[in-house]
This record gives sequence, C-alpha cells and structure tokens, in this order.
Amino acid sequence: MTSEVTPVGKTTAAPTGFVPRIVVFACNWCSYAGADTAGVSRIQHQPHFRMIRVMCSGRIQPAFVLRAFEKGADGVLVSGCHFGDCHYIFGNERAVEQFEKTMNVVKILGIGEGRLRLEWISAAEGGRFAEVINEFTDQVRALGPSPFATTDAIDEIEVPETGGCLNSDPHGGEDPRTSGTGTETGTGTGTGTGGGGH
Amino acid sequence: MQQLVRDTNAWACYDCGKCTATCPITRAGADYSPRRLVLSANLGHEGEITRDESLFACLTCSLCDSRCPAEVGYTQLVQKLREKAFDANIQPECPHGGALQSVMRMMAKGGTQQDRLGWIDDELQTTPSEGEVFLWTGCTMYYDAFFPEFGLATAEGTRAAVKLLNRLGVTPVVSPDERCCGHDLLWNGDRESFEALARHNVELVKASGAELVVTPCAECVRTWLLDYQPFLEGSKVRIQHLSEYLLERRYDFEFADGAGGRITFHDPCRLGRHLGIYHAPREILSQVPGIELEEMRRSGRRAACCAGGTWSNCDRFAKQIQVERLREAKATGADVLVTACPKCQIHLRCAMKDPNIGKEISIEMRDVAEVVASALV
Repeated sequence: MTSEVTPVGKTTAAPTGFVPRIVVFACNWCSYAGADTAGVSRIQHQPHFRMIRVMCSGRIQPAFVLRAFEKGADGVLVSGCHFGDCHYIFGNERAVEQFEKTMNVVKILGIGEGRLRLEWISAAEGGRFAEVINEFTDQVRALGPSPFATTDAIDEIEVPETGGCLNSDPHGGEDPRTSGTGTETGTGTGTGTGGGGH
Repeated sequence: MQQLVRDTNAWACYDCGKCTATCPITRAGADYSPRRLVLSANLGHEGEITRDESLFACLTCSLCDSRCPAEVGYTQLVQKLREKAFDANIQPECPHGGALQSVMRMMAKGGTQQDRLGWIDDELQTTPSEGEVFLWTGCTMYYDAFFPEFGLATAEGTRAAVKLLNRLGVTPVVSPDERCCGHDLLWNGDRESFEALARHNVELVKASGAELVVTPCAECVRTWLLDYQPFLEGSKVRIQHLSEYLLERRYDFEFADGAGGRITFHDPCRLGRHLGIYHAPREILSQVPGIELEEMRRSGRRAACCAGGTWSNCDRFAKQIQVERLREAKATGADVLVTACPKCQIHLRCAMKDPNIGKEISIEMRDVAEVVASALV
C-alpha cells in the first residue's frame, strides 16, 4: 500500500466506514486505455471501482447499468471516447442515446441521478481519468450506500481477486463496507484497471 | 407435477391438436407446440419441459385455452412450469437485455422513493394517500422513459383515466408508492419477487381505505383480479377495469362536436381471453358521438396477440405476428388503432419501425381512455 502518496485531484474524503462500490464501464479504445495511462503514469486515485471493458461505449445498453444497480452497485460510471474520436465513428453517439434512456429510468426509480455519470476520457487522459474517478467516488460516498446494496447482492457482484482493488477481505463474514475495517487512506496500487485486465 | 396436471385439466387432453393448430407462434413457424407441452406434462417429464427453451416462447395469449375442447388450462400450466424452471435457475432470454426485469426486481426490493408521478399536471385532481377509489396507474411512465424511439405517450392513457374519473366527481388516489404489479415477473417464473410486490401493493391499497381499485391497464387488472386473490383474502376491495367502471357508473359525459372518426379495437389478451372483458371497452367507445368502430378480421375471443406480453420473448415470429395484426388493422380502413394495454402499443409500434414496410403498416395508436377523454367538452 502506498498510503503516504497524496492522491491527485480532490483528496479522499474523511473515513466514514463506507466504501462505495462503483462499476465503471469503459470502452476498449479510449477510456480503458485512459485508465491504463493513469496506471502506468502512477497517478494515484481512489480504488473503489470495478472496471468492465466493452468494445465500444455504444454497447452499454440500459440493461447493463440497471443490472449493476440491481446487484448493489453504489454508482455507475459510463465512459467512452470523445465525440469525433470514436473508433467506430458514431458509437458514442449511440451511447448518449442509451445513457439518456437509462438516466430517465434511474430518475423515476429514485436511485438518484448522482449515482450515474457519463464521461468522455481519451487514451491520453490518464490524469483526467484519475480526477473523474476521485470526484465520482467522493460524490457517491456522500450519497451513501445504494438502497439495493444488500449483503447478498454484494456477494453476487464480487469480481475475482484483482490484487489491490479492495482494502478488506471481500469474502469476510460481515459487510466490508460498514464494518469499518476498510481503511480509507490506501489508494491501491494506482493501476485502476486492476490485475484482471492485463 | 401430478397435482399440476390435475389442476390445469391437462389429463383431459385427447390429443386433437387444436392448440398447436391455433397457436400464433407455431403458425408463424416457431419450434413450439402446446400439444407437445401438455403431452410431456401428462407423461410427467418435468425436467424435460423446464429445460426446454420453448417454454419461454409461449406468448401466454390464451388462444389455445379458448379453443381447447377439453378445457385444458395451457396458460396456467405454462405459468406454473415457468416457476419450476425459474427455481431450477432457467430463465428466459429477456429482450432489452433484461433491463425491465431489473427495474421490476428493484421495485420488488424497494427502499427508494420513486418519482413516478411526473405526468400529473394542475388540471388533474388526485390525492396521494387516502380516498374511496384507488387509481392503479401501472408502469406507463417507465415505458415512456424507456422507449423514447417509438414516440410513445402511454402515460397519456393514465392521464386520461384521471380526467375521466374527475369528470365523474371522483378524486382518485394516485400513490407515489405504487410499485409494479408484478405481472411480468410472475409470468417469467419469479414468484418470490412477485409476492413481495403483491404484499406491498395490497398493503398500500388497504392503507388508503379504498374500496375500489380502478386501472386502465389490462395486465394490472388481470393480476389484481386473479393473481392477487390470496393476498386480498378477507378484504372487501373490488377491482375493475376502467371501462367496466365507467359502464357501471352509467356516466353521462358531454362530448364535443366533431370528435370521433373511424377506429378499430385491438383486444389485449389479458383483458379479453384472460378476463372475458370484450363488451365494456367497445361500449364506452361507441358512446362517443361520431365514432365508427370497425372490427378487425380477428377480434374478440379470436383476437391476435401483440406477441410480447411478458418481456420474455421477442423474435422474428413475434415480428411476423405484429405485422399481420397491423395489416388487419389497416384493412379495416380505420385511422386509429385503439387498445387498452400499454404493451400492445409498445410492441405494435415497434413493428411499425420496420424500414421496409413501416409506412405500409403504420397507424396511430391510442388507449381507450385517451380516445374517450379527448372527445370530452
């Protein structure tokens, strides 16, 4: 743990015992590579997210996001290439359409707009990736646990050990998010994409 | 399984094959046969059926039920078998990636304050918690948010329902805490989530002190009338479809001149074959001056299905059924296709998006309540 390193961007909020679980959808060509850039540049950021790589942000249909919420995610970040940069020319325009639909349903359901965000991050913007992650994590932390985040659901969304993304034992008997054992100071190894993606 | 065969009368099957001959998806070419299903059930091949993907291909439109000379309850059989399949962790390949199922399960879990009353404006008088008549709105606002590409306004039907009730001097309860009635989850086999929703909803209505639940949605009325019965035991709450309620009240609306036009009515399977309500919507439509109701080739008990009832199936066969239905509607020369179920609207409008034949089969669609309310002075 490199806890003595100050994170870039907004500093970590004061420890509250609540560790948010955020699902980040990233496109293969820009945002995922952006996360990689953040990693190889050793830019520190908060590690409380799981990244799911898709080939294009246009693939991220409402079902993906809603399922993440159903399974107990506290926040969902959808990211893709900047407009005009899409590897598939107009994929991110489709992503906007899908995102708007999702946002409408999320609003009606009362999950809270603050738990869902759309961001464009290019492959070169490692610093921006870290900034977005820090900002969004703080925002979700302030909102508190998702109403759908039961302990069962968390077990279901558990991803394989990625070595450094979690501060406490995810398979421990109690909810790691409220047990207070998760330290807030650790910012992981800095490689936000985790071990699984490489 | 034996009990189920007895309950659904499946043992009485004498293998005539009318069910398969009449089944809309079998006729469209799908690998599904109600007769085979009943045969397997009679032979006690439970595992075989529940593993069979075609179990989720059934539209549950009940056309086979209405044609069966031995009165086999295919639809009930399919529902119960789906529950068994669900328990064995076999689920349908949900259209839209299962997004709607996710939404419904989140509602079943609860814990959020929904923002579902965005469609209410100053013109409408409603009360949020207590009253004599409870207007069960259904999930039209979710559909409108989820399918913007179809130019849907199914919430207009809900708004029209409030308008009509207001005209009768009724200020209905429209609760922000209403949740999905659980219809689709039940028909997908997820009984646990359904029961959670049913308990919540029944409690909500009981707490409101309402004696009557009125709903403009065909699926909600079916669910309340038939599937909620065990939860309503000992309660005096009555349930009615909006059209029946309007008939019962012998309303005397004043209609504007120049309203009306040529329309045709598409019977939703839930309202028609499941509940036998054919007359009421036609009757209230016919009271609007100037309305000419042209029946389609298949209407009433024979009505074709919109082929997407429970969010558990959508394929080329469904598309074919929808296109055929829209061609029938166009053949009547009607300008408006009227229905009483938001899902019929969604699925038929989806078929109209076809880039090749879309223009040929496009027709305006509206809810019964909308047609009547828009003709008011």
